[in-house]
Amino acid sequence: MAHVVSFELNGRQVSVQAEPWARLIDVLRGPLGHTGTKEGCGEGECGACTVLVDGAAINSCLFPVLEVEGRSVTTIEGLRDAEGRLAALQEAFVEEGGVQCGFCSPGMILTAAALLLRTPHPTEAEIREELAGNLCRCTGYAQIVEAVQAAATRAPGREERGA
Amino acid sequence: MSEFSFIGKEVRRPEGGDKASGRALYIHDLARPGMLFGKIKFSEHAHARIKKIDVSRARQVPGVHAVITAYDTPEIRIGFLRDNFALKKDKVRQFRDEIAAVAAADADAAAEAVELIEVEYEPLPGVFTPEEAMAPGAPLVHEVAPDGARRASNVLDLAYGHDSGDIEAGRRAARHVVTGEYSTPLIQQSCMGTAGCLAEFDAAGNLTIWAKTQIPFLAQRDFNQALNALGLGGRNTRVIVPALGGGFGTGLDTHAYEYIAILLAWRSGRPVKIVYDREEEFSCLSPRQSARTRIAQGCDASGRLTFRDVEVLQDNGAYTSWGATYPSVMLLPVTSLYRVPNVRFRARLVYTNNTYCQAMRGYGNPEVTWPIESSLDDLAAAAGIDPLDLRLLNCNEPGEATPMGLKVTTCGLRECLESAAGRLNWREKRGAERRVARGVGLASLIHVGGGGKIYRSDGSGIVLKLDDFGNVNVSYGGVEMGQGLHTVLRQAVAEAVGIRPENVFVNQTDTATCPWDVGTHASRGAFMAGNAALLAAARLREKLFHWAETIFPVEVERNVRALRRRDPAYRPPDLDVARAAQAGNFELKEGWLFLRDAPEDPALRIEFGRLLRAVHYRDRGTIFTQEAFYEPNTELPDWSKGRGNMSENYAYGTQAVEVEVDRETGEVKILSLVAAHDVGRVLNPVTLKGQLYGALAQGVGYALYEEVKTRAGRILNPGFTDYKIPTACEMDFPIELVFVETDERSGPFGAKGVGEPGMVPTAPAIANAIYDAVGVRVKDLPITPEKVLAALQAARA
Repeated sequence: MAHVVSFELNGRQVSVQAEPWARLIDVLRGPLGHTGTKEGCGEGECGACTVLVDGAAINSCLFPVLEVEGRSVTTIEGLRDAEGRLAALQEAFVEEGGVQCGFCSPGMILTAAALLLRTPHPTEAEIREELAGNLCRCTGYAQIVEAVQAAATRAPGREERGA
Repeated sequence: MSEFSFIGKEVRRPEGGDKASGRALYIHDLARPGMLFGKIKFSEHAHARIKKIDVSRARQVPGVHAVITAYDTPEIRIGFLRDNFALKKDKVRQFRDEIAAVAAADADAAAEAVELIEVEYEPLPGVFTPEEAMAPGAPLVHEVAPDGARRASNVLDLAYGHDSGDIEAGRRAARHVVTGEYSTPLIQQSCMGTAGCLAEFDAAGNLTIWAKTQIPFLAQRDFNQALNALGLGGRNTRVIVPALGGGFGTGLDTHAYEYIAILLAWRSGRPVKIVYDREEEFSCLSPRQSARTRIAQGCDASGRLTFRDVEVLQDNGAYTSWGATYPSVMLLPVTSLYRVPNVRFRARLVYTNNTYCQAMRGYGNPEVTWPIESSLDDLAAAAGIDPLDLRLLNCNEPGEATPMGLKVTTCGLRECLESAAGRLNWREKRGAERRVARGVGLASLIHVGGGGKIYRSDGSGIVLKLDDFGNVNVSYGGVEMGQGLHTVLRQAVAEAVGIRPENVFVNQTDTATCPWDVGTHASRGAFMAGNAALLAAARLREKLFHWAETIFPVEVERNVRALRRRDPAYRPPDLDVARAAQAGNFELKEGWLFLRDAPEDPALRIEFGRLLRAVHYRDRGTIFTQEAFYEPNTELPDWSKGRGNMSENYAYGTQAVEVEVDRETGEVKILSLVAAHDVGRVLNPVTLKGQLYGALAQGVGYALYEEVKTRAGRILNPGFTDYKIPTACEMDFPIELVFVETDERSGPFGAKGVGEPGMVPTAPAIANAIYDAVGVRVKDLPITPEKVLAALQAARA
């Protein structure tokens, strides 16, 4: 029997019917039409399906949809600046060459976004460690790491924001 | 470089924003009204007779619209040698053989129905190595050839060879000779986006298929043959290429799953989509060919190479893809990497009951550069010559003709060797760090850099369609799969036509709207697209400048009136504009038409869109659409003799690497890597670096981690948990890229192809560094800690 799940998706309240065994990715890509979330393996191995739940990066292919009840989900469609343009992190991925075929990009960007939320100015080692769960076959990761570093440099740090 | 407005600049990837924001649509994201989900029933045996297929329970599953087998659909032969079938009849020859397929309203119903298909088999003995397959009395994988003849052996009827000079004389002339046997594994291309397609028929029986392909036009030909088999002769196929989640060679053939989607769509009357999951991608999509190579090389007392003798044996698997033409590319390094006067090459491919193989980046080149460059270090040791000096002594030079008949134009190999070694401090480090188990190694490559002729045409068409606003829409048949083809195509069109990159829009690749292209392979994308763009732009500019003779004086008058309105004191240029307005006097650059002699005068500059509108909206006006077809001036080699100048130019490169080996665990850590590549000319630094960094990561994976493991034909590690591709942590070492610009005259703006070369010499460079560090040589990839440890223990014993 289908349940109704209510949660915040990219800043808006949504309610959607879902089978209790459905994975978060099925509901995002299916009834909610958020196909920016990619399924690369369905086993939690590749990270392409990464989304943020309450600001933490999770594999949506392993995450039961019932678990998001009342929580906040951010997908790649929800990353944008105040004017609706690409967020600085997305811009940096495009500018620095962090995007090639693009299939890993949404998950990769969201993993990096979660890192930057926690650690606004990460070291290269911290970036690589964080991204190790997101596989990419095109870039060799060099320009992805550069993109995250560029975004961290461009974004105002915690102290500059007065936090 | 200063003569270019956009070439060599970091022009933005046009589809980058869509990819970074989740807007790009891959095959996984496409849907059509009424679409069904297809699923395939694969064989449960490596070699068996099919005695009975029972699909009755599958048909009962709610939502199922069609269940098909080879027994109730027309036979569709596929593959490079037409030895494969969309659906298998009578017997299966590999675990992944397609026995039946289902189309259902949702993916769960399709999966459930496939589970309910029951197949009765009579198992047959299989052959799982080339040796087993070639043994007397071995079971035949194919008893009958596609032409109906009885087969007597499992060896494929493909003859690849080369003999030049006198190999025995070369052996006699050698003071030092080394021999060795090397092997490379099956590896998985590991596209992040799995394979899939969506097939749909119109009422007249024409097919539209959204396909994850690198060869839309050869696929159109293949699928039209399938329509013929369905009794739809004369109908046409339209191939549309969605965003590709990687290619790496997986799209160089048409695949059984595509024909099965076509059959299901034809049977059900509905659009049908098949998308592989990751396990199917590993188990049921062809991996890279493995290879086993015997090599002997020799040099005289001074270190000059006197001969090279190479024999390759390849496990083809059960069927034949374009990957079986790997030896055509092996010929390049075997005959032409460094100067070697006497060369012998033989390659054999053998059917087995293993998964059949297909293309991957480098296409045979890494398989033989591995033994050539590894054994060259052994030869250097035997001759007592530094490996760098041995290579410099035998270095290829511009203008030479090689034993294969390659006409070398530009050649930056010497500079690549010197700069890669120099930046790694080769002279200081080589042989000097063994106490701490550190060492340096290097290896080089040659590859096609100006197309690679392995088909009757190696050409590429382009259409430039201009609108009223100064934009150019480009229709091009090559495929963007992440490598940045559309980025450099945008730059090339902007540069060649004389407009700005943001006014160039590259259309989706679609056989209905784009002109023919042989396929995006052989590092040819940017080379072909750039040359096609230059050809079309030159013709277009001729027409534009002819029209400008009429339009320019009128528009200059308008400019002058506007300037006077703004400033009554304005004085127009002292020039007879009507007389100056000659086709040969015009220039079009960055979206402005002007006179070559007066580029800055505001009265004498016309915005490009204004020119186009003035030509369009007048008496007997016109619009502009310009096509061109670029066919390189190359030869289709004679494969049995291994001769022919298959490319307009050749790409070279050297990679030098420093490693540290843990003598206790056998683990290899890369400390730094320098990759120096002769790229002809940098078209776009961002996408060029991306191609090299990405290829290097694949080279590192090939060298140290990756192997599709099989037992009796079954793939044992069909997922990323057990099949290791490098993550950001494995690639955690400094990489320095050096671009050697040789300004190749056949290249667009001087550029050579660069897509594949980056992964070709990585493995031997690492192996040579391990040898320098700890004195052992591992000859079969990947170089796992177990193999290094075993070699260290053997060396101590």
